[in-house]
Amino acid sequence: METAAPQPNPVIEQPLSPWQLFWRRLKRRRIALAGGVILIGLYAVSLFAGFIAPYRYDRIDDRSFFHPPTPPRWQGFHLVMPRYEKGPGTFNYRAVLDDTKPVHFFVRGDKYKLFGLLPASIHLFGTGDPNYPVYLLGADQFGRDEFSRLLYGSQISLSIGVVGILLSFSMGMIMGGISGYFSGRTDMVIMRLCELIMSIPALYLIISLRAAFPPGMSSAKVYAMIVVILSFIGWASMARVIRGMALSFREQQFVLAARALGQTHLKIIVRHILPNTFSYVIVAATLSVPYYILGEVVLSFLGVGIQEPSASWGNMLTAAQNIEYLRNYPWLLAPGAAIFVTVLAFNFLGDGLRDAADAKSN
Amino acid sequence: MLKFVLKRLLHMIPLLLGVSLLTFLLMSLAPGDYFTTLLQNPQISPDTVARLKAQFHLDQPWYVQYFYWFKSVLHGDFGYSMAYKIPATSLIFARLWNTFLLSFVAMIMAWAVAVPLGIWAAVKKDSWIDRACSLIAFVGLSVPDVLLSLLALWFAAATRWFPVGGAQSPYYDLLTPMQQFWDRVHYLILPALVLAASSLAGIMRQMRSNLLDTLRAEYVTAARARGLGEGWVIWKHALRNAINPLLTIFGYSLASLLSGAFIVENIMAWPGLGRLTMEAFFAKDSYLVVDSVVMATALLVMGNFIADLLLAWSDPRIRLK
Repeated sequence: METAAPQPNPVIEQPLSPWQLFWRRLKRRRIALAGGVILIGLYAVSLFAGFIAPYRYDRIDDRSFFHPPTPPRWQGFHLVMPRYEKGPGTFNYRAVLDDTKPVHFFVRGDKYKLFGLLPASIHLFGTGDPNYPVYLLGADQFGRDEFSRLLYGSQISLSIGVVGILLSFSMGMIMGGISGYFSGRTDMVIMRLCELIMSIPALYLIISLRAAFPPGMSSAKVYAMIVVILSFIGWASMARVIRGMALSFREQQFVLAARALGQTHLKIIVRHILPNTFSYVIVAATLSVPYYILGEVVLSFLGVGIQEPSASWGNMLTAAQNIEYLRNYPWLLAPGAAIFVTVLAFNFLGDGLRDAADAKSN
Repeated sequence: MLKFVLKRLLHMIPLLLGVSLLTFLLMSLAPGDYFTTLLQNPQISPDTVARLKAQFHLDQPWYVQYFYWFKSVLHGDFGYSMAYKIPATSLIFARLWNTFLLSFVAMIMAWAVAVPLGIWAAVKKDSWIDRACSLIAFVGLSVPDVLLSLLALWFAAATRWFPVGGAQSPYYDLLTPMQQFWDRVHYLILPALVLAASSLAGIMRQMRSNLLDTLRAEYVTAARARGLGEGWVIWKHALRNAINPLLTIFGYSLASLLSGAFIVENIMAWPGLGRLTMEAFFAKDSYLVVDSVVMATALLVMGNFIADLLLAWSDPRIRLK
C-alpha cells in the first residue's frame, strides 16, 4: 500500500509507560541526578575499599599518632611523599623536604580481601615504604590511617542503610498489607503494636533493644544486631502507610477479581496489592536510608555498636568526642563530613524521586 | 471537647503500660545485672550479693519484677537506683525536667526562626531568598546531629565563650538567684542551639509548602480579585489556613526532637534523660533504664496530646470526629 507524503499525526506516537514518564521527569531534576551519581560513586568506592585504601583499617603505626593530613606534593612531573619527622613536643610533625619517595600506582602493600573473598595485596596508590606513609586525611590516636579507615568504615555504614531498609520495608509492607487486607481484629492488633513502637522516642527504644543483646559480640554479629534493631523500629511507620493503601485497594475490582478466581490471600496481598504501593515505597525507602545510616553512627558512636578495631563512621567519630583531640586534631571529624555528604546525596535523590513520582508536579 | 480530652487521656494508659512491659522484658533478656560485677569482688561475699539481689527482686522472673515495680510506681515511687544509690524518683524527675527544658527552648528557637523564614521563602517563591532557604533546608536536614554537636563542642572549647558540658556551674549554689538564672542560660544556650538547628530545616520546608498550597487556593484568588492588598491577603487569608497543618507537624516533630536531644545530651554532657539512659545502660541499672524510657515516652505522648488539643481547638472538624 502506498501513501503520499507522511501526514502529521500526533496520535500515532506510542504512549509512554509510567516508568518512562517517571524517568523523563526525573531527568529534568539535575540535583536529584547529581545525588544519584554521588551515591553510585560512594558505593563503588566502598566496594573496592581494600584496593583504594593504602593501608588496612587496623594497621597501627606507633610513629604516627595524630599524624596530620599530608597530601603528596608535585616534584617535576612526579608525585612525591616527603618523610615526616616527629619534632619536639607532642605530636609535632615536620616534613623533611629533601628526603622524598615517589608515589606509585598499583603498589604492593598490606594484604586484604577484595569483596571479602579474593586475597590481594595491590593498592591503588602508595609509596611502598612504611617510612614514607601517605596519610591523605591524617592518622588517629593509634597512628591508623584515617582515610583507609574511612573507606573500610563506609562498607559498614553504607551497606547497613540498604540492608536495614530491605528488611524493615519488606516487613512493613507485608504487615501493612495483611493489616489492611484482612482488617478487623488482625488490623487492630498490628496497628496497636505499631503505635506502641512509634510512641517510644527512637533512640530510647534502640538502647533498650540493645540491652537485650550481650556485649562484646563479633563484628558480624553486631552488624546483624544493628540491622535487626533498626528494622524492628522502622517497619512500624511503613506498615501504617501501606495499611492505609491496602485498605483502599481491598474493595477495588482487581482485588475482587483475584479473589473470585480463588487466589490465596497471601498471593493477593503480595502479587496484587503490594505492587501498587511500589512507587511510594521506593521514594520512602530512599528518604529513609539516612535514618538507618545515622542509627548505626549513633550506636557505634556511643560505644554500643561496631567495636574497635573494626572501623565504622560512628566509632571513628568517638575519638572526636575528646575535647583535646578535637581541638588539636580536627581531621578526626572527617567521618562526619562523609556522613553529611552521603545523607545529602540521599536527600537530593529522594526529593527528586518524590517529585518525579508525583505525576501532578510538572 | 471534654470527652475528646478524656478519651485521649485514657488512651495513654495502655500505651504506657505496654511500653514499660516491653522495656522490662528487654532489660530482663540482658545477660547479667548490676550485681554481676560485684561477684568478682573478693571482698564481697556471694551471700551478700544474693541478699542484695533479693532485696531488689532481681532473683525473681521478670514478670514478678515488673509486678513489684508497677506496684511501687502506683505509689509514686520509681524504684531505687542501684548505681547512684538514691531513690530513682528524684533522679528521674530532675533529669526529665532538664530534657524538657532543653527540648522546649530548642523548639521555641527553631519555630521562631523557621516559621518566618518559611513564610518569606513562600511569598518570594523562586527568588534568591527562596533558593537560599531551600539550600539551608537541605544542608540542615543532612547534617547529622552527632557532627553538629561535636562542632559545637569544638566551638565552645576554641572560643571559651560557652562551657563544655553540664547544666550549671560547680559554684551554682553560691550564686544569687539572678546570677543563677544567667548561669543556667549560659549552660543551656549552646546545646539548645544545636538541637534547634537540627530541627529547623524540616519546619521551614513544611511552612513554605503549606503556605504555597494555600496561596494557590481559590479563596486567595477571590480575595485578590476583590482588590485586597497582597499583604492583607497573605496575613489574613493564606497564613491562617497554613498554620493548621503546622500543628500536625508540631506533633510529629516531637519524636525527632527527643531523639535529637538524646544525642545532644550524650555528646554535650547535658544531664538529661538521654544521658541518664546511657549511664544506667552501661551500669546495668535496669530499673533506671526502664524509668527513663517510660518517662521519655510519657513526655512524647504528652506532647502529642497537647498537639492534638491545639489542633482540636483550632479546627472544629477534628473535635466532632
